Amino acid sequence: MTIPVNLHYSTDHEWVSASEGPATVGITAFAAEALGDIVYVQLPEIGAKVEAGQPCGEVESTKSVSELYAPASGTVLEINDAVVADPSLINQDPYAGGWLYRLHVQQPAALLSAAEYDALIHSA
Amino acid sequence: MTPDHRLLRRTPLYAAHDQLGAKFTAFAGWSMPLRYGSEVTEHHAVRHRAGLFDLSHMAQIEVSGPEAGRALDYALVGHLSAIDVGGARYTMLCHDTGGILDDLVAYRLAEHRFLVVANASNAAVVLAALRDRADGFSTSVADRTQDRALIAVQGPNAAEIVSSVVETPVETLRYYAATVVEMAQRSVILARTGYTGEDGFEIFCSAEDATDLWQTLLREGAEHGLQPAGLACRDTLRLEAGMPLYGNELHVGITPFEAGLGRVVAFGKPGDFVGRAALAERKASGPRSVLVGLVAAGRRVPRHGHAVIDLVSGERLGLITSGAPSPTLGHPIAMAHVPAPHAHPETSLHVDIRGTIEPVSITSTQFYRRSR
Repeated sequence: MTIPVNLHYSTDHEWVSASEGPATVGITAFAAEALGDIVYVQLPEIGAKVEAGQPCGEVESTKSVSELYAPASGTVLEINDAVVADPSLINQDPYAGGWLYRLHVQQPAALLSAAEYDALIHSA
Repeated sequence: MTPDHRLLRRTPLYAAHDQLGAKFTAFAGWSMPLRYGSEVTEHHAVRHRAGLFDLSHMAQIEVSGPEAGRALDYALVGHLSAIDVGGARYTMLCHDTGGILDDLVAYRLAEHRFLVVANASNAAVVLAALRDRADGFSTSVADRTQDRALIAVQGPNAAEIVSSVVETPVETLRYYAATVVEMAQRSVILARTGYTGEDGFEIFCSAEDATDLWQTLLREGAEHGLQPAGLACRDTLRLEAGMPLYGNELHVGITPFEAGLGRVVAFGKPGDFVGRAALAERKASGPRSVLVGLVAAGRRVPRHGHAVIDLVSGERLGLITSGAPSPTLGHPIAMAHVPAPHAHPETSLHVDIRGTIEPVSITSTQFYRRSR
């Protein structure tokens, strides 16, 4: 699977569109594939303050539930109502239509490049 | 902790699953295909067309000899000696205390030959119990699992698909009947049994024939929409159909009566059987709990181990035994053992799903029933 080069990645298999300022967050295709069919997603509330590496929501697949970790610290600006209504969008289009929320990154976080993330998932 | 996959057993079809791109999971010490692509797609395929399952991890135990029927009557709760040749019966192995050790299907292949199919997770327990209990009867108990394989074709198109690969007409094979047939020039036992709530067949063959039969079925079944299906959808299919899973709905702490399956205990059969006294007592006193079906209004799924609570009293009534989003019904479904007074459809129950209290309503455990 192709890992978009213009995004940043966390070790928790999330992607972020920017490392500071307004940024969009989602989970990677690797994570979506591992989870299987996603049936429910719980996102942080608009205005909530999230902390890098801390759980801020949940994603539930047919078989299991996984926590969503914030890839960076900041304040949640917007959530994707479309994935709340239809969580399968995350499986179908994890890097675009399946985006989860937007936040204002207040502290630059230690993120991986596409190449580094690629190396991470292939070493598993 | 990820189990070391090199220590897991493989069925004769492992290579075939690998070629199909299966995602494997460790199950009862075996490396089994969990899904090949989307488990929801596989689930729908079984409901609308057909799915092909590898069930070779299940134990195949042959019980044979002049007293095979009587030995099984003693060892198991059912009246196995009353099965006609070519018949099959769902039954249970119980402890002296009446607790369920496994649920099984027994097939009578000949007057003095039975095939007992047990859950992979209980293979050792069942084999040991059958050997122990058959002692004193003129019977031999042999574990054939290593030399055999089991392939299932399940779905509305199953009969058409199986017909295309056997000479004998399959329409005449009744539900819960089994017969020896030639399939792609190989001798197999064909049974009209399954665990999905759809029409279907289970094919018992030798380990050497498994791959060829699997490939033949996939090839011939393609035009009827047959696709490989893994253990993930097997679980959602059986849950929708109201079928219990050992380890979840069934376990040694309950008798068949708590699972609503008192019918499997044949008190009228001649001779004693293991658990008779305890089971008779439980039948007389009534079950300690009732297995109910639950449906959730929201999207959160009640899962195995979540607490079922009475919101008014705050009392914990029981635990969810199985729960999943139902692909066919479009909402979460679950089962739980609850005390009898709380098992009425009007009872308001709630489930603590990871800290959030969600309302659920009681329904029949048979959430789905096939239309034909």
